[in-house]
Amino acid sequence: MVTKEDVAHIATIADIGVDDSELELFTGQFNAILEYFGVLDSVEGGADAVHSRTNVFREDLVKPSLLNDEVLMNAQDPEDGFIRAPRVI
Amino acid sequence: MTVIIGLEIHCQLNTKTKLFCGCSTDYRDDGPNTHVCPVCLGLPGTLPVTNKQAVIYALRVAKALHCEVPAFSEFARKNYFYPDLPKAFQITQYDKPLALGGYIEIEAEGGGEKRIELTRIHMEEDPGRLVHKGSGDRGRYTLVDYNRSGVPLIEIVTEPQLSSPKEARRFLNKLRATLEYLGIYDSEREGSLRVDANISIKGYERVEVKNITSYKGVEKALTFEITRQKGMIRRNAQIVRETRHYQEARGVTTSARSKEMEHDYRYFPEPDLAPLEVSSWVEEIALPELPDARRDRFMQQYGISQNHARTLTGDLKLAEFFEEVTSGMPEIAAPWTADILLGELNYRDMPVTKVPNLHYRALLEEVKKGSVTDTSAVEVLRLILNQVMEGQAPEMPGVIIARLGLSKEEGESFVEVVASVLKENEAAVADHRSGKAGAINFLVGQVMKATRGRADPKEIARIIGDLLKD
Ligand SMILES: [Zn+2]
Repeated sequence: MVTKEDVAHIATIADIGVDDSELELFTGQFNAILEYFGVLDSVEGGADAVHSRTNVFREDLVKPSLLNDEVLMNAQDPEDGFIRAPRVI
Repeated sequence: MTVIIGLEIHCQLNTKTKLFCGCSTDYRDDGPNTHVCPVCLGLPGTLPVTNKQAVIYALRVAKALHCEVPAFSEFARKNYFYPDLPKAFQITQYDKPLALGGYIEIEAEGGGEKRIELTRIHMEEDPGRLVHKGSGDRGRYTLVDYNRSGVPLIEIVTEPQLSSPKEARRFLNKLRATLEYLGIYDSEREGSLRVDANISIKGYERVEVKNITSYKGVEKALTFEITRQKGMIRRNAQIVRETRHYQEARGVTTSARSKEMEHDYRYFPEPDLAPLEVSSWVEEIALPELPDARRDRFMQQYGISQNHARTLTGDLKLAEFFEEVTSGMPEIAAPWTADILLGELNYRDMPVTKVPNLHYRALLEEVKKGSVTDTSAVEVLRLILNQVMEGQAPEMPGVIIARLGLSKEEGESFVEVVASVLKENEAAVADHRSGKAGAINFLVGQVMKATRGRADPKEIARIIGDLLKD
């Protein structure tokens, strides 16, 4: 069970402002999502499928990267090729 | 007050591509965000795939440092919100790291070896680079470059067994040399080796110092932090468990704001990556000759002292250089390279790879023949190094010696110079006659100065003794 306190804590870490009514709403939504996982848990052997393979590798070969224009396509207000973010310190 | 230090060292592996995508890691001369793709940008619908070479490099380090490689290891997500991570999590390893245990031996205080044990080595991806801009509260913003994001790192964690900043420096020198010998990292790349340190005084809380971006800054950062903690204990102030940042420019550590300390990373196994079962690879990994083995070989093969051998093998390029120039005269090449050349290089911040072998070797031959004094030879060496630094073609030592008239002359030709020095320094002569030990050195020094170092100091001392006999 996710509690209102859990949601408030995560919101603080993520620096997202959440008011009381939203807290109520999100807590309900989180718990609804977790119920789906309960369904998955009930499938026999279901969880093991994730890690049935080990040692999947690629060789150390260079592939073309994106063009700077493409990288910045979704960025708001880029500057000299950089992505611009709100101040963090 | 006993000092306890543990280190966490991040080392970039010099693979051609990033840890989980094919973006090239060679972005040094390129603009920001030019070496990124949907995978390292964490765009929806992409899947990371592990770079095999990075795993092999990490295992090479694990083997060289005597670690145990468990049968099973896996990647984990470390969740945190910061713009250096486009995915809002870093792919790292948590409770199932690639390697456990291991050790490095360093020179102990007062001789012998001291074994520093390792806790673990794990693999992870490097975050992006942030550039903080603007000033004041309103104008500030951050620029983000994801070229570095996804470059493979290993994190090497030591047990808290280092007891002084000096030991920490020795440990890092040894580790750096070993990583270089293994050919898995590029020491000339800025930020390729980064250090965090845990520091405490026995019986008190521990402080983590982050952001030591150059391994050279470690000794300074540790010394500052230890002094700070000891000062607090003396004043009966409480040392709190906290994270502090090292401010390289000012040489101090400052407290990180409490929000950044909120460690709630919610680790869980990375579902997009297959776990690793690579312990059987370790046997097949061939290791090159490592610093300790090379040091012992140098002592045996060239008959040089342990100290010289240790210094010369403490850096791969230096060791290679020494082996190229030493043939037939290690008794001259070892002290010249370890004591004199290295000092001149450090003074100029010049890499040993820039020293012209041919010229250096020719200079050592002049020293061996006795055609110049040590003082003159140092002068010649400085000139050659300066010429290289200024981008000129260096002159051969023989040419310089002839041009500057530095040829060592026989002692007897200096008798007149000695005589005039004795005349000008009657007080020192009197001191010498009355048995003052330092006086003779002073007089020899004056003669050396007058002859611009062309005389052999031993010979001069003998002549002075002769002249003052009667
Ligand atoms: Zn990429």
